Amino acid sequence: MGKLRYALFTGCTAKQSTPEQYMSTYAVAEKLGIELVELTEASCCGASHLQDYDDFLSLVLNARNIAYAEKHELTMVTICNTCQLNTAMTKHRLDNNADLKKRVNEKLEEVGLEYKGTSLITHFLYAIIDDIGLDKVKEMVVTPLSQFNIAPFYGCHNIRPSELQNETHKTPENPYNPTSLDDLIIACGGATVDYEEKNKCCGFHVELQAPKTAAILTGNAIAGAMDGNADWMVTPCPLCHLKLDTQTGHASHAIGREVKLPVLHMQQMLGLALGCDAAELGMKHHLTKVDFV
Amino acid sequence: MSTSTITTQKVTFKVFRFNADEDYLPYYENYEMEVTSEEVVLDILNRIKWDHDGSFSYRRSCRHGICGTCAIKVNGKSTLACKESMNGLVALFGNELTLEPLSIKRAIKDMIIDKGDFWEKHEAVTPYLVTDVNEAPTHENLVSPAEANTLDEADLCIQCGACHYACPVVAINEDFFGPAAFAAAYRFEADVRDEDGTDRISAMNESAQGVWDCVKCFECQEACPKEINPIEKIGKLHNMIFQKDVAVSNVATRHAVGFHHSIKRFGVLDEGGLVLYSEMAGIVKHIPVAARMFVKGKIVPPWGITKSDNMDEIKKLVASSTTAKF
Repeated sequence: MGKLRYALFTGCTAKQSTPEQYMSTYAVAEKLGIELVELTEASCCGASHLQDYDDFLSLVLNARNIAYAEKHELTMVTICNTCQLNTAMTKHRLDNNADLKKRVNEKLEEVGLEYKGTSLITHFLYAIIDDIGLDKVKEMVVTPLSQFNIAPFYGCHNIRPSELQNETHKTPENPYNPTSLDDLIIACGGATVDYEEKNKCCGFHVELQAPKTAAILTGNAIAGAMDGNADWMVTPCPLCHLKLDTQTGHASHAIGREVKLPVLHMQQMLGLALGCDAAELGMKHHLTKVDFV
Repeated sequence: MSTSTITTQKVTFKVFRFNADEDYLPYYENYEMEVTSEEVVLDILNRIKWDHDGSFSYRRSCRHGICGTCAIKVNGKSTLACKESMNGLVALFGNELTLEPLSIKRAIKDMIIDKGDFWEKHEAVTPYLVTDVNEAPTHENLVSPAEANTLDEADLCIQCGACHYACPVVAINEDFFGPAAFAAAYRFEADVRDEDGTDRISAMNESAQGVWDCVKCFECQEACPKEINPIEKIGKLHNMIFQKDVAVSNVATRHAVGFHHSIKRFGVLDEGGLVLYSEMAGIVKHIPVAARMFVKGKIVPPWGITKSDNMDEIKKLVASSTTAKF
């Protein structure tokens, strides 16, 4: 097998509010022998909000991002659930609607680009599971996380809508009982915590307009993990991470109970198991202290 | 009738039991059964009642997936009992299945819930055509196929409540209309014969009850047994709020529009700028957490943001492809 190469769509968060996610993505890629070609031309995906204002513009911008991955003839890998959903949804809509694809391409033509539909789009979590395989990951683990109970938090936009999500990766995922992140925890040597909120919403997308709703959902998620006796949580989504890591004050207030747990990005957990050190995984950037490394 | 071989397997059903008139707390009862590949969930509910406990209660009527009466949850998945095959559920969840009402907190007796909140929200969105009807029409009121298509199958909703009780916002915000009511609102808002003006769509724009409080979790799309895709209709209502010019400047609308501004300027999102633009003076409440984030290297000022490469392309596309106004 040749070296795995992907076109990396970092999304905006990894370059701003979750620098640790950017760092740990590269640290883990190096350990796994993955080459990442960063799509520095990419714009914001609209984060599921631009489309509320202007759906067509959102399609055009996402199609442009995908067109760059196609130019490299690579699968696009995302590291944010919402980037994954918006980009994969764009691909799905364009690939299934010739008229829409034509209208989008008329716009892209103005800047010398074309959306063809030739690149796959998958989240880094599923790229690792599908293309490297968890058996291989397990072999590569040098520091098993055997002393930890780890609560997986999946994030909506990696598991729903399942019909779309299951088009983007080979490992089928049941949105009512997802297993990919649990399987990764086990491959890293950890014990998984089963709790009701693991596949539920963190509230990120209404943090500004409905702060109480957002805080209750975040609080419920952390409380569920705590009640499941978790030492820490892990998530593949930087937006969920922002909620779970930085909003514990509001969340505690909203549900009337002190909730707080260290929360790692999926890449940070994998990095720890593969022997990366805390500094290269950016642990110092967390608001809720990661006190076990 | 299927010609494939009928297979049977043993399934353990953990069934929610509760009688609001007698029980202080609900409990679960286990029933072990041989289930055939031909059966649907409703067959199991019938067998529990007919073979095990005559007091077991649930709602059922048409058995054809059209009356919307028999929706329950199986292992947390909203399910129209007469439509969902046992084979599919066993494939998804294995041989231990938990049967619960759509909403435990609204349970009256076993699978039966008080659906009053659902109907109240449905009624609140004016779920009918508002138009002056000529009592002595001289011609038919025709709707072209293209016009009918704009409803996008929202008219196929059977009001089963599966999406409503799958919605995490409905569970915690009693003002929220919920996905089914939104789909109903869209169905009439998109109808060319409707002359409601801006009343209905304005109600969608109100905070707490309207579309801006949707968390975008896609639970409703996953839950809908008729594939109506309520969240897609919610997205269309968002667009209509701008198209029908009822959008007022508030934190929710500015949050959506703010992405447009940011992408035009940086290609990527200016996270801090977006919060500032959305909140305006309300930014003050974010300062304590923002200060801690800044110390931890989580906030990049506008002058430190790395713009997307080939910004000229992005600017050009934003200029040529923008279809909305605010």
